[in-house]
Amino acid sequence: MFPNAFEYEAPTSLDDAIRLIREHGYDAKVLAGGQSLLPMMKLRIAAPAVLIDINGIDELKGWREVDGTLRIGAMTRHAELEHARELADSFPLLSRTARWIADPLIRNRGTIGGSLAHADPGADWGAAMLAAGARIEARGPEGSRLIPVDEFFVDTFATSLNEDELVVAVHIDKPTGPVAARYMKLERKAGDFAIAALGVQVELDSNGRVAKAGIGMCACGPIPLRATKAEAALIGQPLTDETIKTVSRLVPEDADPTDDLRGSAEYKRDLLRVFASRALHEIAEELKGKVGGQ
Amino acid sequence: MATVFGKAVKRREDPRLITGHGQYTDDVRLPGLLYAAILRSPHAHARIRKIDTSQALRHPGVVAVFTGQDIQGKMGTIPTAWLPPDSGIVTPPHHALAVDRVRYVGDGVAMVIAEDRYTARDALDLIQVEYEVLPAVVDQEAAMQEGAPQLHDEAPGNVAFHWKVGNFDPSAVQDADVVIRQRFRQQRLVPNPMEPRSAVADYNPATGEMTMWLTSQNPHIHRFLLSGILGIPEHKLRIIATDVGGGFGSKIPCYPDEALVGFAAKTLGRPVKWTEDRREHFMATTHGRDHYDDVELYGKKDGTILAIRVRATANMGAYLSTAAPGVPTILFGLIISGPYQIPYAEADVYGVFTNTTPTDAYRGAGRPEATYLLERMVDLFAREIGMDPVEVRRKNLVRAEQFPYNNPMGLTYDSGDYHGALHKALEMAGYAEFRRQQEEARRAGRLVGVGVTTYVEICGLGPSQVAGAVGFQGGLWESAQVRIHPTGKVTVFTGSSPHGQGEETTFAQIVADRLHIPVEDVEIVHGDTARISMGWGTYGSRSTPVGGSAIALATERVIEKAKKIAAHMLEVGEADVEFEEGQFRVKGAPSRQVSLGDVTLQAYLAWNLPPGVEPALEGQAFYDPSNFTYSFGTHICQVEVDRDTGEVKILRYIAVDDCGRVINPMIAEGQVHGGIVQGIGQALWEGAHYDEQGQLVTGTFMDYAMPRAHFFPTFETAFQETPSPHNPLGVKGIGETGTIASTPTVVNAVLDALSPYGVRDIEMPLTPERVWRAMKGAQEA
Repeated sequence: MFPNAFEYEAPTSLDDAIRLIREHGYDAKVLAGGQSLLPMMKLRIAAPAVLIDINGIDELKGWREVDGTLRIGAMTRHAELEHARELADSFPLLSRTARWIADPLIRNRGTIGGSLAHADPGADWGAAMLAAGARIEARGPEGSRLIPVDEFFVDTFATSLNEDELVVAVHIDKPTGPVAARYMKLERKAGDFAIAALGVQVELDSNGRVAKAGIGMCACGPIPLRATKAEAALIGQPLTDETIKTVSRLVPEDADPTDDLRGSAEYKRDLLRVFASRALHEIAEELKGKVGGQ
Repeated sequence: MATVFGKAVKRREDPRLITGHGQYTDDVRLPGLLYAAILRSPHAHARIRKIDTSQALRHPGVVAVFTGQDIQGKMGTIPTAWLPPDSGIVTPPHHALAVDRVRYVGDGVAMVIAEDRYTARDALDLIQVEYEVLPAVVDQEAAMQEGAPQLHDEAPGNVAFHWKVGNFDPSAVQDADVVIRQRFRQQRLVPNPMEPRSAVADYNPATGEMTMWLTSQNPHIHRFLLSGILGIPEHKLRIIATDVGGGFGSKIPCYPDEALVGFAAKTLGRPVKWTEDRREHFMATTHGRDHYDDVELYGKKDGTILAIRVRATANMGAYLSTAAPGVPTILFGLIISGPYQIPYAEADVYGVFTNTTPTDAYRGAGRPEATYLLERMVDLFAREIGMDPVEVRRKNLVRAEQFPYNNPMGLTYDSGDYHGALHKALEMAGYAEFRRQQEEARRAGRLVGVGVTTYVEICGLGPSQVAGAVGFQGGLWESAQVRIHPTGKVTVFTGSSPHGQGEETTFAQIVADRLHIPVEDVEIVHGDTARISMGWGTYGSRSTPVGGSAIALATERVIEKAKKIAAHMLEVGEADVEFEEGQFRVKGAPSRQVSLGDVTLQAYLAWNLPPGVEPALEGQAFYDPSNFTYSFGTHICQVEVDRDTGEVKILRYIAVDDCGRVINPMIAEGQVHGGIVQGIGQALWEGAHYDEQGQLVTGTFMDYAMPRAHFFPTFETAFQETPSPHNPLGVKGIGETGTIASTPTVVNAVLDALSPYGVRDIEMPLTPERVWRAMKGAQEA
């Protein structure tokens, strides 16, 4: 498990980082938390000639709320989001997802931006960001742009980032109504990638009906997928047993899982249904009595 | 001095190991050290047409590159050291580097020696090998089919051996009311000790002496075998294996890689180190288990088991590893009647070559396979005749008054109280109450189940005469030397080779207890052939019953000699002296005494020794046990199955083990804990998987699911102590019991939970999906 030789750059500003990315192009890989990249290098599956380490760039760290939107710096570690109590009420998926990512050691190093940019369909943030309706902020030589998460993932390990762009932040709008979320995951062993996982976020209107719904599916396709049909079926409905049953059955319809060592496509589809049902029941329970109290 | 035998003394090896001060093989640094890397076959089966090493040789920092052709005739082949008799066993040559053909993914093709490890690794990519890929076969039953790819000319049909044992007779089962037939799959497992394999070899051309640091469970066996392979006489070859980070059987064998390191050091005249990485461990360190077992059980409606038969096909991999042939034969077939009074039994075993990593002993080695099929069959039998599975066990277990008990394969179980352990475990589990709760839970739609295993383990390997009779190419006795220094401190040299089991502590307890001295005053030396005269190592739960007994005997010899000197000092006859509380006292006049310390000093000063007594104070013993020992016990597990996802949750786990007298309950319990986890690993998560082309698709920890702590509840363990009657300590082995008992316990518990669905079998590991599928299949049927 010994990587090839590589050059190492450690810029301290975003401009320097983007300049280096542009200069080295595909020969370079950006090193964020390194929890996927370094194992791949050790197995010599990845052999970048240059590593651009962005851990020294302060602008990429931490989060802040501006005008009803949360902006999370790309270098924010999973563990920081797992433990951020101040985000738990308005952005419940962050902590609920982060705690499922790998193990504590990996969560201490791995970053939300790195994970999204790596675009592993088995990574948990993709599904969660779909459910939360996030936008990815990319910075290139020409400046910044916001990419809706639905347009961000192109294929397995491929994103809509340009060759010279870097993920610098994730933007999530603050919900206006009562909100609850769940992240559900089945793994073969603690710390593993998901057999299948599901992120669900529901926002109610003042009548207790679903105003916004996000359902993202992990490890059930070449990219994180949105359960569009199920989301549509939720809008305007109260979270009754009947609704949940109907909606849960719709979730697998938008999934595209394959048979692999972790499980068969058939099983993964059924897990999605079970998770959707469980998540929505728990969300319904949590939101009970919260309507009108805002 | 309070007795320390039976006390939970803290493990003395832990402070050094958990603070990073262990001396593992990879920690060895020598001046001028070179590093080896091994190029391994990417194909499961291929002819080597051409190897071009010129580019690698030109790479800066590369010192040498060796191929199979280069080493031909310069070093020996890798031997097989267990040859079960009357099995027609064939041992085709196993070259340290493939000469013209590779036979599994991971088979060594070339070795690079370089100034550092990165360079060695880089140079592997510069070696060009032209392969002619051949059809591969990974499944042992497929390998036995006509037309299957053939691995070795010496083994037509890929059969390495065919061994049969037993007294089964069709007339004996004429009265059977029921016959249960079931096929079981023992999946393939990867041992995965924390420390990977490693070797450092340092050759001194001036003296012809070679020192090798090695990850070994049995350094003297490695010395013996490597001496032959490398052509270095045994007295000039020193093997050091002091700190070894676990083995689980995988560090018993003599591997090509370690031998190559010795060859390279001797050839180049510079020390060489090689340490496998985890990927190499997955593909080139021996795997465990991998059987198909077709089993028949004959019984009567009243619960009596009349006979058990198994036809096993064991996947041996591409070559026969050192101890491998003994595992699915001797260690499996002789014990398939388990702890029960089953008068007739038979095991018919085929060992088969396939294009996979060689298999060998893996914690339990043969005995988990036997226990698994037997315990599964007992539950199926109970279900068939409508009797509680505990009742069937109670009815068939050998009774305490029947010991020593001869099983149908000719083994003599030394001692036991099987019903006692069963009773204790049932009490702890609240079995009757659980069955009541289970009914309630089922009515509430929950799937809970309980599994009960009663097992016996052949351990404490073993009488050397028997070893010879069963084809083990070595002895199984053990050596011990106990030296009291002039100041009263003690050094013990043992031929056992602990590598995580805590025997530096338990062995010290044995000696401190007998000499009435503080346990801190006893040092245990192991794992160095230059310091220890001879030893057969640590495996087969033998270290405490055999190695520990040797130490006890050697200590007795020291006391015997000291007593002679003490009697002389006290001016009384030897028969009038007794040793108690660290003092040699005149019987009837206890105020007349000399301490062990005073006697020891006199032994060394030798100013006034009794006639015929030599100076110094040492005892030596070479202990060959008269029988194996037979640990036994009952394990009980309660599980709940998630009806929607198939997930198995372990609610409670109860283990009552009887390993005779317990020297250190904390360490014994630790062994039970680790064993349980490893056995449940097989039941629920682990499994090595090859695709049809022979690629190992579970080649990293990402793909191979090891057990994790959060899966387990707190284990409820207890010991029952039925001493072994034939060794001086009354002890039996405890290192493998957990692994032997826990696998069927958990699987039976899951199947019990699923009994409303009528599921008979789920192939291990019982992943959520397999459980889900079993429920679904039953619903659809």
